[in-house]
Amino acid sequence: MLELRNVTAGYGAFTALWDVSLDVAAGEAVAVVGPNGAGKTTLLRVISGMIAPRAGTLTFEGASLTGRPAYEVVAHGIAHVPEGRRIFPMLTVADNLKMGAYLKVARRAYAESLERVFALFPVLSERRRQRAGSLSGGEQQMLAVGRALMSRPRLVLLDEPSMGLAPVMVLRLFDLIRRVREEGYTILIVEQNVRQVLKLVDRAYLLEAGHLKMEGRAEALAEQDFVRKAYVGL
Amino acid sequence: MGGHLGAPHFQMLTVTGLTKRFGGFTALNAVSFEVKEGEILGLIGPNGSGKTTLFNCVSGALTPSSGSIRFGAQELAGLTPDRICHLGIARTFQIPRPFRKLTILENVAVAAHFGAAQRSSEAEARRRALEILGLVGLATTPHAPTTLLGAGGLKKLELARALATGPKLLLADESLGGLDSSEMAGAADLLRRIRGELHITIVWVEHIMATLMRVVDRVVVLDHGEKIAEGKPREVAEDPKVVEAYLGEKVVLA
Amino acid sequence: MIDPIFLAEAAVNGLLLGGVLALLALGLNLIFGVIDIVWIAYVDLVMICMYAVYFLVQVYGWPIWIGGLVSVGLGALLGIAVHVLIISPILGSAPVNQLLATGGLLFFLQSFATFLWTTDHRSVRLTLPTLEYGGMFLSFARLVAFAVALLVMLGLFLFLRHTYIGTAIRAVSQDREAMALMGANPRTVYVVTSAVGGALAGVAAALLIIQYSVHPFFGAAFGPLTFMICVLGGLGNMIGAFVAAFIMSEIISIGGVVWSTEMGYVIAFVIFIIMIFVRPGGLFARRA
Repeated sequence: MLELRNVTAGYGAFTALWDVSLDVAAGEAVAVVGPNGAGKTTLLRVISGMIAPRAGTLTFEGASLTGRPAYEVVAHGIAHVPEGRRIFPMLTVADNLKMGAYLKVARRAYAESLERVFALFPVLSERRRQRAGSLSGGEQQMLAVGRALMSRPRLVLLDEPSMGLAPVMVLRLFDLIRRVREEGYTILIVEQNVRQVLKLVDRAYLLEAGHLKMEGRAEALAEQDFVRKAYVGL
Repeated sequence: MGGHLGAPHFQMLTVTGLTKRFGGFTALNAVSFEVKEGEILGLIGPNGSGKTTLFNCVSGALTPSSGSIRFGAQELAGLTPDRICHLGIARTFQIPRPFRKLTILENVAVAAHFGAAQRSSEAEARRRALEILGLVGLATTPHAPTTLLGAGGLKKLELARALATGPKLLLADESLGGLDSSEMAGAADLLRRIRGELHITIVWVEHIMATLMRVVDRVVVLDHGEKIAEGKPREVAEDPKVVEAYLGEKVVLA
Repeated sequence: MIDPIFLAEAAVNGLLLGGVLALLALGLNLIFGVIDIVWIAYVDLVMICMYAVYFLVQVYGWPIWIGGLVSVGLGALLGIAVHVLIISPILGSAPVNQLLATGGLLFFLQSFATFLWTTDHRSVRLTLPTLEYGGMFLSFARLVAFAVALLVMLGLFLFLRHTYIGTAIRAVSQDREAMALMGANPRTVYVVTSAVGGALAGVAAALLIIQYSVHPFFGAAFGPLTFMICVLGGLGNMIGAFVAAFIMSEIISIGGVVWSTEMGYVIAFVIFIIMIFVRPGGLFARRA
């Protein structure tokens, strides 16, 4: 479904990703783990079109998306739930979700998408008239995911959804992500919380200092000392 | 240039009960550790652990809420950054911001001129700047604009500027970020040489763990604002608390 | 002692003037809030539209309301043109460059107007009555202008609150990148915002030409005042600008009656300076 080949990307003089290649098959849940500063967020930003790669290609369902801007990428079926959630704080929950369905195809299916999102995240329905900025961290994260689903994507990119959430909330969130996956969405999730995320996904990649160091089935990686070494160094 | 001629038991840096709060949020909670003269100490911890806040407190960019930071006999908490610099503590920044309108040499000369405890002449500052550029490996193009430098060069320039102020203690902030593997090896090597040849003590914050752990003498680990481990790299790497901090908690289901 | 009737009249006139000033401030704020650029030449755009209405109504004899509609359309087109031709190319550059560019536009428009129409003052001579109410004399033109301004602002509010594109405009002003992730081409949103901002300028032009005469340097009178209102209310803050407009207009109006017209402005400016010292961010902080 998604194919990255030899992607190199960075900011100004600094390179954050070196020659990265990865695949995500339809229906899979794949994680990219790695220590802070490894380039995980940059990776998702390249996929969603927020930054253009310096080299390499990006293909989604056969179409080339290399260097396409974000508003075009989402029209192809990739939704990005960005780091820090980035919900619109002054808009209501309902308006945030409305914005998620900005695309023409999404607007046509608006009612149905909204129902789905409310079924997955009932708290959003309860709080639909509330200003998004007044929601708790966990609720904002749910809103961010719900908003992404409103665009009728086939692939959902999740950037560190557990960041800043209490441990209990993290468990609940991962449970919800599992249910999103069960609804048929393909998931690519970037996470620092390795242990939790490896329980959620089928496969995982290990990114370290901009290089893809390892790849494998989640259960296998969970055992590996290699992962520990990537994070702790020795 | 950064040499120490102090009393035999100069306590390089002693952090005691350092706490920093931002409104309701506690970024650092009673952190205590010592930095021994002549060592390279690694300061590590997962995202949001408070490493940068700690650096900012030591370098004077932030004032601690409570606790003390002693440099020798001098209390640093509450001093302005320029005073701390003149006392002999220099700091690099994660995202280098050289003076774009000055040449590479001029950038370092400014630091040499203003950063040292005693003002020297402009010519003297330039001479020292050239020496330092030689040390970091930027001596071949001193009169070039900074725009010519790539990632590796910018990080070297950052170190050069810090060294030009003549510090006893160097706070190195993510010196390896954005570099390729050979540049990283060079940067790590440079830190070793700064310690070995210039006798400068180094506290180093870094995310590229594999390299850091092989270079430092000791490590202090922060997590959520608290010190959770301290010791030699190997001990710390195998400490279950540290592993858990990085990889995520084994959450017990209620 | 000043006759309280004069004071009351001044207060009411201040209110009426405030309505149109609020409209101008809102237009400017809308563009700044979304695109993050200050159109220094905004009031000069108003000036051009005022000339348009003048020619249509005074010279060619069209009815005022058609002149008004044309002004709105012209304003919208000018807004789009300014964005596409001047703003868009410099979106990434330093704020100084952006100010210089719109500043250049200001001089261009003023020179252009002088060249075409000379510095003569032109006004639209409509026979609109002066109403009397409780001893106060109020110009009907002013009342109409105030009423229309309020209606338009209400319309803007509803547009931003309840339409898709209006909500998208609000969303972009809060987080441009996130809106791009929803599929909104930022360029499209900017163009629509510029069109709306320009249309508001067009409305203001129609309302102003029936009260004041137009000349190429009209912007010199109303421009700084509009900016001060925006800054006083907090740049980017629509409600703040709305309130600030009335505060300033009241000070000018009442000050004008108690002392003189010039003193009215002086006092307003002095109070502005004091307010900014006290609250540099404006009376209300810029909304996120």
